[in-house]
Amino acid sequence: MTMLVEMRDIHKQFGGVAALDGAELWLEAGEVLGLLGHNGAGKSTLVKVLCGAYPADRGEILLDGQRVEIRNPRDARKLGIETIHQTLALADNLDAVANIFLGREIVKWGGALDQAAMDHAGQKVLARLNPNFTNHHVPVGSLSGGQRQVVAIARAIQFQARVLVMDEPTAALGPAETAMVGDLVRRLQTEGMGLIIVSHDLHDVFSLCGRLTVMRTGRPVGHVRTQDVTQDDVLGMIIAGRMPVAA
Amino acid sequence: MKRGILGSLGIDARLAALLGTLAVIWLVLHVLTDGIFLTPRNLWNLASQTAVVGIMACGMVLVIVTRRIDLSVGSIAGCAGMVIAVLQVEVFAPGTWWNPWVTLAIGLAVGAAIGAAQGALNAYLAIPAFVVTLAGLLIFRGIAWLITSGRTVAPMDPTFQLLGGGFQGSIGDTASWVVGALGVAALTFLRLSARARRQRFGFTPRPLWTEAVTILLMAALILGFVAVMNSYTRPRTDIVQGISIPVLVLIGVACALEWLARTRRFGRYVYAIGGNPEAARLAGVPSARIIVAVFALMGFLAALAGAVATARLNAGANSTGELAELSVIAAAVIGGTSLAGGSGTVAGAVLGALIMQSLDNGMVLLGLPSALRNVIIGVVLIVAVWADALWRRRAGGTRGAEA
Repeated sequence: MTMLVEMRDIHKQFGGVAALDGAELWLEAGEVLGLLGHNGAGKSTLVKVLCGAYPADRGEILLDGQRVEIRNPRDARKLGIETIHQTLALADNLDAVANIFLGREIVKWGGALDQAAMDHAGQKVLARLNPNFTNHHVPVGSLSGGQRQVVAIARAIQFQARVLVMDEPTAALGPAETAMVGDLVRRLQTEGMGLIIVSHDLHDVFSLCGRLTVMRTGRPVGHVRTQDVTQDDVLGMIIAGRMPVAA
Repeated sequence: MKRGILGSLGIDARLAALLGTLAVIWLVLHVLTDGIFLTPRNLWNLASQTAVVGIMACGMVLVIVTRRIDLSVGSIAGCAGMVIAVLQVEVFAPGTWWNPWVTLAIGLAVGAAIGAAQGALNAYLAIPAFVVTLAGLLIFRGIAWLITSGRTVAPMDPTFQLLGGGFQGSIGDTASWVVGALGVAALTFLRLSARARRQRFGFTPRPLWTEAVTILLMAALILGFVAVMNSYTRPRTDIVQGISIPVLVLIGVACALEWLARTRRFGRYVYAIGGNPEAARLAGVPSARIIVAVFALMGFLAALAGAVATARLNAGANSTGELAELSVIAAAVIGGTSLAGGSGTVAGAVLGALIMQSLDNGMVLLGLPSALRNVIIGVVLIVAVWADALWRRRAGGTRGAEA
């Protein structure tokens, strides 16, 4: 079966430092992949290459087995790759709907923004994620952390994404909101989307992800099925870069 | 969220506060000047005086919203004004019908090109806008001087002079009423069609009577303005002046920029870049191109203001636009534009320009020396920004408590 996404031998230098030095991952449709590693292991850089924030210096990205060029965020979005960044990347002075459609506004004939159509579609997707979300017309900078997360997720799922990258999705959230994100991940998975979750939280990763890719110093330590390993095995991979004996 | 009366009428509370401030200033000046300030003659002059700074302030809002600044607008105005004057008087044949139009077009193109070049230096070479335009301030003031080695060039073409206003440069009473009526019709159409469109998407609209009250209030403002302009007659005649051409230009510029800012992708991206540049980039916003366009637009408007000033003075002079950058930035800031970027409105900037010009005009009527007028305007600037900061903190606080 062809993979939904495959990243092969990705290299990326910042100044003289190799942030990625032969990194790789792959993802099937309907699969949730956990991407793990220390701070500075290169996991955020790797997903930023995938979403077009940093173009790779070298390496291949394949989508459905076809080689694709991702030079900027626009390319990635066109290919159906959506990203929820750790910082959420929201324009705090704009309202929720303006953020959801930022860069992909609905326009009327003649190019005028179709505010009514965007409000309609935007409020629908927000309601699907959180029926209690009613602050549609205030700048998102004045929303709570959980509500901001809802806006960022709404933006990612509004446009029929095939691949969803979540960078530390639950780091800033309370228990109820973390559960909401978990439910959403499972629902999107059953709809056939491929998800990549970058996380520090082993508990979250073990409950959501079917497979794990562990990175260290810009290189892959290994790829394991979650059911085959324990949390201690994974900690060993992260800290010592050692593959577990059993796997 | 409690919306209050203004909210339910769909009126921006900040703009309403600015209008209220303006009303208070006008009443105080009226009393202090023993009833000279609020006369048709003075209001007509005040409107014309506001045009030059107001035209540039509209563009400055967009520049500041993107977290940038343009210190070169006064010099661009001077340079473009001088280019127009020299071409009109000394290069092309004077007296032909096309001369004023062609020279104006060239002047505006020069301004836009200068702005685009400065924007490109900022967007593509990452030189801070403050530095690029500070250099521009020196460069283009210098070029304006070099073009004629400091000579003043006059007189301008009679048709071109109309752009500066004056007794000939007004459109008279009938045309002024037509402009007012068109304004009211456009306003009514825009509000009602937006309302209809929202209903089509299943949104419950605001009660019709609030819509009607809003339209009536705004129509009253527009028609009141026309009535005042039309009640000023040329001295010792009963020829009605009506709206002067520079004021008409300012109105046109303000409407065009409000339209750009509110209903086009361009405007949305300008605000997104100011709110969070990284988020805009990750959302695929072509930030560099937008920045270049914003500066090009600013340069164009600075040149337009320079043309108006040149026409008003009836000469291309080296001092045209000198220190205008400061009044323009002050107008934008008094009008609620935050130097931190991301917020500010074109309408606010026009009101800011009007507030500053009202103070200056009133103090001239009171016979205050220009040094003292500068002191007072400086104090007003600080008070305005302080009030704005208080406003933001309060607004932020209630929202925080709500969330």
